[in-house]
Amino acid sequence: MRDMSYAAVMARKNEIMKASMGMDYNDFIQSPIAFDYERMMRETGYGLEDIVRIQTETKVGHTPLYELTRLTEEVRKFAGTGKGATILVKDEAANASGSFKARRASISAFEARKKGYKGLAAATSGNYGAAVASQAAMRGLKCIILQEVFDSRGIGQPEIVEKSRACEAYGAEVQRLSVGPELFYQLLMTLENTGFFNASLYTPFGIKGVETLGVEVAEQVRQRYGKNPEAVVITHAGGGNLTGTARGLLAAGCDKTRVVACSVDLGGLHMASDTDFNRKSFTTGHTGFGVPFATWPDRVDVPRNAARSLRYMDEYQLVTQGEVFYVTELLTKLEGLERGPAGNTSLTAAVTLARQMDRDQVVVVQETEYTGAGKHHNRQLSFARENGIEVRVGDPKDNVPGKAIVIPERLEQVRGKVQDMDKLRLSYLKNAAKAHPVEQWTEGDYAFLAADLKKDVAWVKSAIAGIEKN
Amino acid sequence: MTKVAKGTWVEIERILLKPEERAPNLPEETRKCSYVLRISGFLQADAEIGAEVTVKSLIGHEHKGVLKVVNPSYGHSFGTTVPELLTIGSEGK
Ligand SMILES: Cc1ncc(COP(=O)(O)O)c(C=O)c1O
Repeated sequence: MRDMSYAAVMARKNEIMKASMGMDYNDFIQSPIAFDYERMMRETGYGLEDIVRIQTETKVGHTPLYELTRLTEEVRKFAGTGKGATILVKDEAANASGSFKARRASISAFEARKKGYKGLAAATSGNYGAAVASQAAMRGLKCIILQEVFDSRGIGQPEIVEKSRACEAYGAEVQRLSVGPELFYQLLMTLENTGFFNASLYTPFGIKGVETLGVEVAEQVRQRYGKNPEAVVITHAGGGNLTGTARGLLAAGCDKTRVVACSVDLGGLHMASDTDFNRKSFTTGHTGFGVPFATWPDRVDVPRNAARSLRYMDEYQLVTQGEVFYVTELLTKLEGLERGPAGNTSLTAAVTLARQMDRDQVVVVQETEYTGAGKHHNRQLSFARENGIEVRVGDPKDNVPGKAIVIPERLEQVRGKVQDMDKLRLSYLKNAAKAHPVEQWTEGDYAFLAADLKKDVAWVKSAIAGIEKN
Repeated sequence: MTKVAKGTWVEIERILLKPEERAPNLPEETRKCSYVLRISGFLQADAEIGAEVTVKSLIGHEHKGVLKVVNPSYGHSFGTTVPELLTIGSEGK
């Protein structure tokens, strides 16, 4: 009998990963920090055209890009003279399973089928589960989704309960788990016992699948406006949405486009806390994932993460829960679109950006997601009230995560807040120093770190010297 | 106790890790709880609620656990109306 204790299963991590993906990360790893990222992405063997073809087979991609004329008009009412960029939204809810995550699951499902796996498994509490289940269904594969759903009272976060339903609707086995990071332990055991393919969110297959989103944005904007978009806003949690989209934009020649990350500010709430679990009104696209993943991507269920957001990010906006709910309602009432929380997170930041940008510029919100029972903002607000959180109308600056959700009175009050990018980069470097002592860093490590932080080697050297001194 | 018939769609629960077996570095409030799995499937033999049973999931895999719910259903909804949302966006009408 194999030892199934927590420590024993975690110790078998590398061999389980290798068997469940048919790839060996040791081929790319250069040091405890550095690895050959671009070669890893290339050696998936899938070029953009292959990906488009594979995705078209399973109802992914070619989603519409809409101009939000009425919302743009509203922003122009208070933006300064000459300000008020046009806001566009890419309706990713039109993908099979209702979000951009279908792009991310599509190549894994294809690869698993090609390599002869009987099924796919993934640990995810979000849209990705439904995406994997839906893609697996179309490829005739079995699917197991592991989700963190309920707290010790047995109460499920309504949005995740909806995700359980969606996965079962697509024929997947859903393992619903209580709060805790041991989701990964259960995934490893499941992969080991079933021999299924590891459809992790963070493999090169997952990220390559999202590149088509960036390419489509570039092509659609060019076709309609005769230029590249000035800014693209991307809801950020684990960083795959941003990484894939930005890589696609670059592949399509948009090297001047500003890549803006956005997360809902959940500062102060602990992600592994049983009691904080149901005090969050967002299950993704928030700082609880966004900040740790940006500042140390290699904390995931594969040996090296293909989602590396600081490589591509120019700016990072934070918005409050109340601001997103307000803008969600406006999207419905002004634009006739009922859409879900994660996409509307970047839409909220787009309001702030459009206000600062020139009138002849365009800002693209690169996704929407579906909404419905459990996911709907009315349910999240009523659930917050049931959990003792104050919900009121007022100034969004009084919003306190886990305590008070303040819904703005007017669009003008939606202001968001920028994060200090260099602070994030320094925090990344501190994590790198924990992973591998600075004295042992080679020129190769410095070059990798510089690329990972969108800076040069000189910057990294002086930044780490500053950290070491303090 | 009522018998639940073989073949019924049910939900089972199983403790995967007891508090002392859990991952290191958990917050206090999480560490004191067991790590629990719930899963639905078709009951493999007649049994009573609370008994140790085996179910077969939607993909035909077998799982063991304590029988908890008969015909588990999704009760999530749009929630009770939040009046603060109703007036947003209709100001100019
Ligand atoms: C619809 C949607 N948008 C955005 C995100 C954030 O993406 P990422 O985790 O890749 O940053 C997620 C997933 O978590 C999502 O489901």
